[in-house]
Amino acid sequence: MKLTLAALATTMMVASPALADLIVPNMSYRTGPYAANGIPYADGFADYFTLLNERDGGIGGQLVQVPECETAYNTEKGVECYESLRTQNPLVLNPLSTGITYQLIPRISQDGIPLYTPGYGRTSAKDGSVFEWVFNAPANYWDGASVAVKHILDQEGGDLSGKKIALVYHNSAYGKEPIRTLQELSEKHGFELVELPVDAPGQEQKSQWLQIRREQPDYVIMYAWGVMNQVAIQEAVNIRFPMDKFIGIWWSGSENDVRAAGAGAEGYKALTFHGVGRDYPLYEDLQTHVYDKGLAAGAGDQAGSVLYSRGAYAALVIAEAIAKAQELAGTPEITPAQMRDGFEALDITAERMAELGLPDFGAPIALSCDNHGGDGLARVQQWNAAEGTWSLITDFIEPDAEILDPLIKEDSAAYAAEAGLTARCN
Amino acid sequence: MGIQNGQVPFAHLINATFGTSLHHFGWTVPAVLAVALTALIMVLLAFLIEKLVLQHLVGQEPIILFMATIGLAYFLEGLGDVMWGADIKALDVGLPQGISDGIEAVTGQWFGYGFFIDRLDLWATLIAAMLVAALVAFAQYTKQGRAMRAVADDHQAAMSVGISLRFIWVMVWSIAGFVALVAGIMWGTKSGVQFSLSLIALKALPVLMLGGFTSIPGAIVGGLIIGVGEKLFEFTIGPMVGGATENWFAYVLALIFLVFRPQGLFGERIIERV
Repeated sequence: MKLTLAALATTMMVASPALADLIVPNMSYRTGPYAANGIPYADGFADYFTLLNERDGGIGGQLVQVPECETAYNTEKGVECYESLRTQNPLVLNPLSTGITYQLIPRISQDGIPLYTPGYGRTSAKDGSVFEWVFNAPANYWDGASVAVKHILDQEGGDLSGKKIALVYHNSAYGKEPIRTLQELSEKHGFELVELPVDAPGQEQKSQWLQIRREQPDYVIMYAWGVMNQVAIQEAVNIRFPMDKFIGIWWSGSENDVRAAGAGAEGYKALTFHGVGRDYPLYEDLQTHVYDKGLAAGAGDQAGSVLYSRGAYAALVIAEAIAKAQELAGTPEITPAQMRDGFEALDITAERMAELGLPDFGAPIALSCDNHGGDGLARVQQWNAAEGTWSLITDFIEPDAEILDPLIKEDSAAYAAEAGLTARCN
Repeated sequence: MGIQNGQVPFAHLINATFGTSLHHFGWTVPAVLAVALTALIMVLLAFLIEKLVLQHLVGQEPIILFMATIGLAYFLEGLGDVMWGADIKALDVGLPQGISDGIEAVTGQWFGYGFFIDRLDLWATLIAAMLVAALVAFAQYTKQGRAMRAVADDHQAAMSVGISLRFIWVMVWSIAGFVALVAGIMWGTKSGVQFSLSLIALKALPVLMLGGFTSIPGAIVGGLIIGVGEKLFEFTIGPMVGGATENWFAYVLALIFLVFRPQGLFGERIIERV
């Protein structure tokens, strides 16, 4: 018995990665109903680290290991993944699911492992004085809602009084996120807000779009994910809702979401916090060091797509935070706590983005102890159905900090009171 | 879908194992032929299921068979994923979509506002009605149909009067495959062909509870009641209670039926004799 245990322990030690490597797990979903979205994101995430390993020999001379764990976009499985990944000493986790994020926040806070949730998760985690271990730069759900309204303001010449905006949302923690923000914005700008929840998974939306047809809103904002996206866009085409007045959050703006509706989806808009397509110098390096060597993750057919770009961008921010952490710690072998310090000192300028081969791809990100969410800038992209491409139609738009900041303070204070936390960063 | 576009099944597995880069056979197949081929594959699949799974479960409790099919569903989903990949494929078999202008104009004249009826829904209704009529006729008036119902009632009694369980099971699974094919085409036209389509099947549970597990008309009437009920409820009462009531409504209705009429609307009364 003792012998078996010893043998088991030895195998486990052999199986676990070398201690010196940097461990950045890829919590992915390549199976199940949401796989179409999970695959490109996971591929982009993995390919970027493969590039760093192949081209630069890792970060600061340390190779990056990207162990993958399949969550199937299922919260319970995500927590199981966390429990198994935790033993490998990961530097940071990126679960790509708001549901899993909510479950992990108390756990990672206890265990002291940074959580990076770009564009999703708990919005008020932007407040680093309460959420010490969570980072959600460059933009969050409330930034998205505010940027969408700002874009509509631009379209309407700065006046929204008497207008009607409908929010079609996934009836989950994720979909409900923007409601409060939009309510505040509706008060500020004088538009009427119509809230239309759709039950998960969202294959049936006839009643919601009948209500849209009855209410005749001037604009529709959508927070959806997975099949709800394709069906919503198809239903909007069916009732002949003008596509250029239909704006999705960044999770409702991938190629997957619009293709099924064919030519009808022409002109559909979505927010994004990063560029799209392969027209960046980074792809030359990816071609030489990753694709040509046959090292691309998955089937290798996702390069340049919206969600691939987003996965690669998440990896880029993590890689920059690792480099920063190494610089601060004065050693390439960093701990999760040093990783948090790296995130808090993160400063990715426009010049740095160009240096990394992604000029004008994302807005500058500067974080601090109490700002874990960046400036929340996002831009609008529009679908060209004939060419099958997204094109960016605005510059980066700043969200309405006047509305958002108090809301974030309020929500994070409530969390702090509930969890019995005292504010840090003083 | 895969057949239609000439996609090589298991392409990326083959590529990963042998270092090749296969994607397509280089041919495309007309939609009609692809549908026919798919139907053929469904029959083949039915045969395999009978041979590999059901044969070993003869005479077992219905719940065991039910659980076996759930396991099978997971297996097939995974297999499909490995075979064709998980990306969403646009499906266009020539079914019309979008608002019906004729109906909108006519109702607009009558009521002062136009009715919104999706042409795809009209077609879906028509096709579903035809399918239901054909299946009912099959189950009621043909020899095989009656044999099928006998097997559903009691395996052993059916075998004792000389009905071939194997043949019936292959037939039932072929029919199920065909019905799934039609449903898949209708839904796939709307949302693209993707693995979320499997989630739709979960809606069958409240329908069956309502209609009665043993009755074909029950399934039809139950489907209509749930379908119309949930939409009307969502549209009229939904906005008052915050919306997204459709799944809730379906299951609550089924629950109420379970309390007052456990066998469902048309199900057989369960009489247990000691």
